[in-house]
Amino acid sequence: MPSRLSYVAVLVFVLIGSGWLEIMLRTRVLRRWKRLLLSIAPVVIVFFLWDAYAVAADHWSFDESRILGIFIPPAVPLDEVLFFIVIPLASILTLEAVRSAKGWPADDEESR
Amino acid sequence: MTYTQLGIVAVIVMVAVDLWILRTRLVTRRIFWVSYAIIVFFQLITNGMFTGFGIVKYDDAAIIGSSSPVEGPPPFVGDGRLAFAPVEDLLFGFAIVLMSLSLWIFWGRRGVQRTPMAGPPRWRRRG
Repeated sequence: MPSRLSYVAVLVFVLIGSGWLEIMLRTRVLRRWKRLLLSIAPVVIVFFLWDAYAVAADHWSFDESRILGIFIPPAVPLDEVLFFIVIPLASILTLEAVRSAKGWPADDEESR
Repeated sequence: MTYTQLGIVAVIVMVAVDLWILRTRLVTRRIFWVSYAIIVFFQLITNGMFTGFGIVKYDDAAIIGSSSPVEGPPPFVGDGRLAFAPVEDLLFGFAIVLMSLSLWIFWGRRGVQRTPMAGPPRWRRRG
């Protein structure tokens, strides 16, 4: 059944699927919000530009009955901008969860 | 450029960023590839929802496979698709994941909120 929240519902699925790592694996990503913002902001900018080009060049399009219906100029759905925030967050949570569970180095440790 | 070409360029650019611009060298690390393996599994599920339900549609001029059908889902596998989504999405996904993780490690190395470090899991005793 088409719903304007279809796209956002997928993002909620991603947030639930990765969010529990912050609690159960003590990833401590959200409390490092400055580092998180500095990491996500460039991703949003770069992939927004890609998206704007792809929409203009008709590489992909959206079912307007299944997205929020709010567009950021030139014509990028707000849903997509949220995607470019949620996916980096979920990725970082996953990396830190692997670090928490396995203790493998990522070369950003205190004593390197 | 097509989506196929842009995807290939994006992967090359992000690997170069990781190795030589931000110098995080994540593509040489086990922690990155294990994380990516987990992420790509969930990417196939979420991308499958976006494309299988027709929320996002692709044009055949931009991808290896055919255009998304007007009604109903595209092929689950085959015709340049994997879990309903164009295989090009794997390139797009790899690029966004590597860029995100490379920046995260870059800022940590620069001393921006290096701590508190992750772990241990809640079910494991401390220290």
